[in-house]
Amino acid sequence: MKELSRKVLAGDIRAASRLIRNLEDQIPDTQLAMRELFTAAGSSHVIGITGAPGAGKSTLTDELIAAYRKRNKTIGVLAVDPTSPFSGGAILGDRIRMLRHSEDKGVFVRSLATKGSLGGLSKAVGEGIHVMEALKKDKIVVETCGVGQQEVDIINHAHTVVVVLVPGMGDEIQAIKAGLMEIADIFVINKADRDGAGKLYQEVLNIVAMAKKSGESSPTGWTIPIVKVESVLQPHAFAESVEVLGNKIEEHYQYLIKSKALVARKRRKAKAELNEALWAALFQPIVNKLNGDGEMEQMVDQLLNRETDPYTLAEEVARRYIKTVNNGKDGGK
Amino acid sequence: MPNRTIRILIAKPGLDGHDRGAKVLARCFRDAGFEVIYTGCHQSPEQVAAVAIQEDVDVVGLSCLSGAHKFLFPEVAKLLKEQGAEDIIVIGGGIIPEQDMPALYEAGLKAIFTPGTTLESIVEWINTHVTPQV
Repeated sequence: MKELSRKVLAGDIRAASRLIRNLEDQIPDTQLAMRELFTAAGSSHVIGITGAPGAGKSTLTDELIAAYRKRNKTIGVLAVDPTSPFSGGAILGDRIRMLRHSEDKGVFVRSLATKGSLGGLSKAVGEGIHVMEALKKDKIVVETCGVGQQEVDIINHAHTVVVVLVPGMGDEIQAIKAGLMEIADIFVINKADRDGAGKLYQEVLNIVAMAKKSGESSPTGWTIPIVKVESVLQPHAFAESVEVLGNKIEEHYQYLIKSKALVARKRRKAKAELNEALWAALFQPIVNKLNGDGEMEQMVDQLLNRETDPYTLAEEVARRYIKTVNNGKDGGK
Repeated sequence: MPNRTIRILIAKPGLDGHDRGAKVLARCFRDAGFEVIYTGCHQSPEQVAAVAIQEDVDVVGLSCLSGAHKFLFPEVAKLLKEQGAEDIIVIGGGIIPEQDMPALYEAGLKAIFTPGTTLESIVEWINTHVTPQV
């Protein structure tokens, strides 16, 4: 594992992709490699691109890569697509829109499957970001799986969140609901030549105005920009509007740095990562053990026969394995 | 091996734009529990090799119906080898005449599937011949 992390730090793409895969498949001991990388990582700007399926996230990401390459920035992309709940397989088709960058050594695109995790991301995304950081990418773009209203996990990973909207998403009630609409640092109205784009722009403008007034989404004074992106069928106008988006993303990053909000976001990210690691370190071994010695199935049998309830069983297991916590609760020995 | 999912790149190198078969296979592999990186039509061998490495796939599945397989398939295998990725299994499919096959196998392809092959038999071939490495 040490060899893998050494190779990643030396810029080896195949090793990086293999490491991400080991993380995705939860191969034992992979975390040993991550320990080395973690301390070496952390200076990249992480940009999240999220929105409904078909909103144009991949096409936007592709043009954004082009815009950043013009500025000589190196890019890592993590593109997430859904895993089948039935077969466990997946079709990862995001990079089909990004093929012109395949041979560019400054761009590393890696597709991830959700593998059952909710929230629009894969479990391995956070760690994948660290791998990209260890490769010293200037910008890391995380393209979420096509999301609905509540898939907002990206805020635990990205410094700048871009929410991509397209006309036809619904009325103004949809626009003021909690969830996705709250997490944007930048709104993109994609396919802005379509019917309804003007109305959508007005609705989002209202949200932004209210957000500013209440101070909820901009506690430190960031006014959320709304960038209209023209159809990809008008290549020139499309590229120009994505150039504007690129500028806004940079403005946001500079704003984060100057306002110290970047520290707050990094703190949120670190806390989420610790939470996840704790969960894996505490919960996973217990579940593995219960599965390994067949106790899980026995408990399921008990539930099916209605001999007991899940709450009692869970408490028993917790009592057995998490002695310190219970001791603490009981006042200790 | 714990939880290792087979990853396959499905690509159509060259000018041939008939990708229905490739899409059907991608869907079939998804249903077989594989992760499919689908890159579609008009790929250069260089692009296919680069994507295969970036995605850490176990298998590259090439489809060609235009007759250019004799150049394109071996080229992909050669580029992978040059980049130290000869362990990635390259398989091909499409309109491939019988007499072209020996040269393709010689060039490093591990299997060729021609019209009439059942989807099940391709999945079975992959499950039998592909063991993802850690």
